[in-house]
Amino acid sequence: MHQVIELKGVAKRYDSADAPALGPLTLSVASGEALAVTGPSGSGKSTLLNLVAGLDKPSDGAVSVAGRRIDQLSERALAEFRREYIGMVFQFFNLLDDLTVIDNIQLPAQLTGISRRRAAARAGELMEMLGIQKHARAYPGRLSGGERQRVAVARALVNWPALLLADEPTGALDTASGHDVRDLLTDLHRAGQTIVLVTHDLTLAEACASRTLHLVDGRVALDSCTQAFG
Amino acid sequence: MSLFGTGATGRVVRSGVGRRRVQTVVIALATMMAVASAVVAGSLMVAATAPFDHAFEKQQGAHLTAQFDPAKASAAQLAETGKLAGVTASSGPYPSTALRPVDPAGFRMPTLTLVGRSGPDGDVDRVDLKSGRWAQKPGEIVLAASFEGPAIGIGATLTASDTANAPTLSIVGFAVSASKTGAAWVVPAQVDALASGGGPVTSQMLYRFDSASTKERILADRKRLAAAVGPGALLGTQSWLDTKRVADQGAAATVPFVVALGMLGIVMSVIIVSSVISGAVGTGLRRIGILKAIGFTPREVVRAYVAQALIPAGAGIALGVVLGNLLAVPLLSDTEAVYGTVSLSVAWWVDVTVPAAALVIVGLAALIPALRAGRLRTVEAIAVGRSPRTGRGQWAHRTMGLLPWPRPVTYGLATPFTHPVRALAMLLAVAFGTVAATFAVGLTSSLTAIGTSQDPESRAAVTVTTSKLNNVAPPPPPPAGGSVAGPSPVGGSVAGPSELKVADPAKVRSVIASQAGTGSYYGKTQAEVAVTGTSGSVRASLYEGDSRSGSHEMISGHWITGTGQVVVPTRFLERTSTKIGDTVRMTYEKETANLRIVGESFDTSGSELEVHADMANFASAEPGAFLVEVRSGVSADAYAQKVTAVIQSLGGEATTNAPSGQEGVILIMSAMAVLLTLMLICVAGLGVLNSVVLDTRERIHDLGVCKAIGMSPRQTMSLVLSSVTAIGALGGLIGVPVGYALHSLVMPMMGRAIGTGLPSPVLDVYEPVHLLLLGLGGVVIAVLGALIPAGWAARARTATALRTE
Repeated sequence: MHQVIELKGVAKRYDSADAPALGPLTLSVASGEALAVTGPSGSGKSTLLNLVAGLDKPSDGAVSVAGRRIDQLSERALAEFRREYIGMVFQFFNLLDDLTVIDNIQLPAQLTGISRRRAAARAGELMEMLGIQKHARAYPGRLSGGERQRVAVARALVNWPALLLADEPTGALDTASGHDVRDLLTDLHRAGQTIVLVTHDLTLAEACASRTLHLVDGRVALDSCTQAFG
Repeated sequence: MSLFGTGATGRVVRSGVGRRRVQTVVIALATMMAVASAVVAGSLMVAATAPFDHAFEKQQGAHLTAQFDPAKASAAQLAETGKLAGVTASSGPYPSTALRPVDPAGFRMPTLTLVGRSGPDGDVDRVDLKSGRWAQKPGEIVLAASFEGPAIGIGATLTASDTANAPTLSIVGFAVSASKTGAAWVVPAQVDALASGGGPVTSQMLYRFDSASTKERILADRKRLAAAVGPGALLGTQSWLDTKRVADQGAAATVPFVVALGMLGIVMSVIIVSSVISGAVGTGLRRIGILKAIGFTPREVVRAYVAQALIPAGAGIALGVVLGNLLAVPLLSDTEAVYGTVSLSVAWWVDVTVPAAALVIVGLAALIPALRAGRLRTVEAIAVGRSPRTGRGQWAHRTMGLLPWPRPVTYGLATPFTHPVRALAMLLAVAFGTVAATFAVGLTSSLTAIGTSQDPESRAAVTVTTSKLNNVAPPPPPPAGGSVAGPSPVGGSVAGPSELKVADPAKVRSVIASQAGTGSYYGKTQAEVAVTGTSGSVRASLYEGDSRSGSHEMISGHWITGTGQVVVPTRFLERTSTKIGDTVRMTYEKETANLRIVGESFDTSGSELEVHADMANFASAEPGAFLVEVRSGVSADAYAQKVTAVIQSLGGEATTNAPSGQEGVILIMSAMAVLLTLMLICVAGLGVLNSVVLDTRERIHDLGVCKAIGMSPRQTMSLVLSSVTAIGALGGLIGVPVGYALHSLVMPMMGRAIGTGLPSPVLDVYEPVHLLLLGLGGVVIAVLGALIPAGWAARARTATALRTE
């Protein structure tokens, strides 16, 4: 089984702070694995996610995703890399309010330059899979939190990403919607999708993830894979 | 206690001004440009009208100066015309004739309108004696003050003509007649004696009417006068409107376009100031909410937001006043030359009124959005950004999404519909910028066409003169209104000192005809002629041979094609109330010919009336110069040298003609038009920049999302730029026809200001390709204005943008 994520000695410092916000950290995530990153606020969870997504660059170390050193890529190459290999789901959905559900979902596909028809077909497929096809022409503002998060998941999956990153995906949802999203992520994992999930919710982590990484002050306190405390 | 009420308000204002640097600069520049244009326009308007109007009123100037034939209208009859309906005052009759005296240095002066008056006062035209005294006996003369100089002063003696035993006249004073009823005055008894040299004596009557504000009313008054005396008794008239126009024309021509650009600047600054403050309120809703939550009253919020506009606007206004004064200097000095001794500077009240008005306009423009800020409910303001946006512009996104273009482009195209008011402000800024550019391109093209048409002689490769140019008499003092003319730059009819050697034109013609390399040529001379119905002399260009290559641009009719024809400028038609097809009686030396007006020429030569006729109309006229076109492949320089070598001993010479350069006034006008337009275009671009900065700030989170899901920096840039492209295209589409219409409106106004119509090469300056490019100029303004914020958006860090609310 090949590694989708490989972090070697990765550290991230903000401004000129002496202590890194994250790391140094060495980590691998295999294809098909679902990794839950947990920890208290300020433990470095979001920083780790941003580094893996290529939204931020490490101060030290190397970040490889899907076999490519993404910490050395230009902004343009990173954008192209993200649209091809990574899907992202955010706590507050981050849908574009001006666009309909289907337009939101097919936007990443359209950015790759594929035809509108193909993008619409893929979006339709995902909407059906996630049970939101009846909202295709609706605007995100009219949907419930759970429905919006399903739209966000559909948008994240539209380009068949090698890696799905989810940042507190149930953090802004009520309990019932949270369960829906949890089940959705579990199904995706079962279907073989590699997932990195950042969450405070240990129940969610247990339900969806095959592996849990617990961070405290930027360092690994527990990696369930090795069952080793840092 | 600060300027803005409380220390807290002052701090809010200062931080607002400092935080929104782009908007601060935009407001300052927009107001600076508008105020500079308004100061220039205002001072020119004052300069163009005030001195003449004041002098005219003070002297009870003549609305109409009429010349009557004393043989057909007696003094009693003329005195009766003063009682006609509508006549409020009259003076005269004064005997009048034309005089061409010789100055103490032996040079012939221009032809002067000589009037016999026993004193400077009267019910009409109270001539202002500037120095010396009035003529009290024969042998004394008072000259127009413009002639006063080192050689011509009080006590100097003029000879009445260049004939032997001509009487002498001692200069006893210098005077100014605002109405330009004469350029020289003697006691009435002397006029007959001075006229005995050949010129007729006419009776001059001066009238004021109860209604003389328009050309039509003056014409009606003239008609009543003509009817009151016998047929043929009224020989000619001069309207005060023409005199005023001549006096005003130095600056008057520039006024219409400066006013047009000034108005554009003012409208644009209002749009931009309103847009900037609306934007500041729109993007600062949460800030306003927080200010209110911590205890700011609505009035304090309004004051704070108005002050945020007034601070940069105040700086812009101050700079604009300075810039406006600097720009006005060259134009005013030009005007000053027209008035002679009257010193012109920017009127103090222009420097006070314009900035005060600008401050009020900016204040009002800022007040409306500031009031909105004051009225905002605190809870609503704080909640901004935490709830989904309203549905504005969603239909546009849906529609644009159907277009077969890259998604970032279609996404950007729909963006303006999210903020229709802001988009409208941007559209107006681009449209006004395009109007300014279109107008300026037309204006400078027209000015270039005017410059080219001013000197038709320069079209010939070589000028062969029958005398050496440096033998010609020096120019006379500045002309006094329309009654005098200077010596000709080419031609032999202007006599200089007696030692001037003039070649026989027939021999020069023969040399040219036999010279290898001669293509075509025509002869020309310039002379003073008398035209019945006009006071003073008229300059005539007389042509020998086919003169079409040296023809002036024609406004209507055609160039002379033979004898019996004359081409005249617009001013001539207006002054003599004639039209094409009419016949005028022209006297050259002792010969008189009746010539039919066949064309209206375009002539910007100033106050003189220059007519064009065939030399064959007057047997005694001879060419003073030949304008030669050399054959293809022949060097003009070599040709001129060869001809000079042959005719030098005869007294003539040949010179090559350089392409006509632009005149100072045209250069100043062109430079001003370009400068003001560049300022307007910059402000339009800044208006776009301001709007796009606001848009980008508001949408930075959305842009972060787009980048997070894979939008590349280039795609982000194309998204932002395409959001202004359609606005730019629409602005161009609106701006070009408006600019075109403005040019069509302003150019004839400029022409009228200098007393001429305009020919089609001056008016029809736009080629379709120019209009297309100018239309695309709207897109260029919009894209250039959006380039910087587009760059910011493309470079924005995705993680930071995602955290932005």
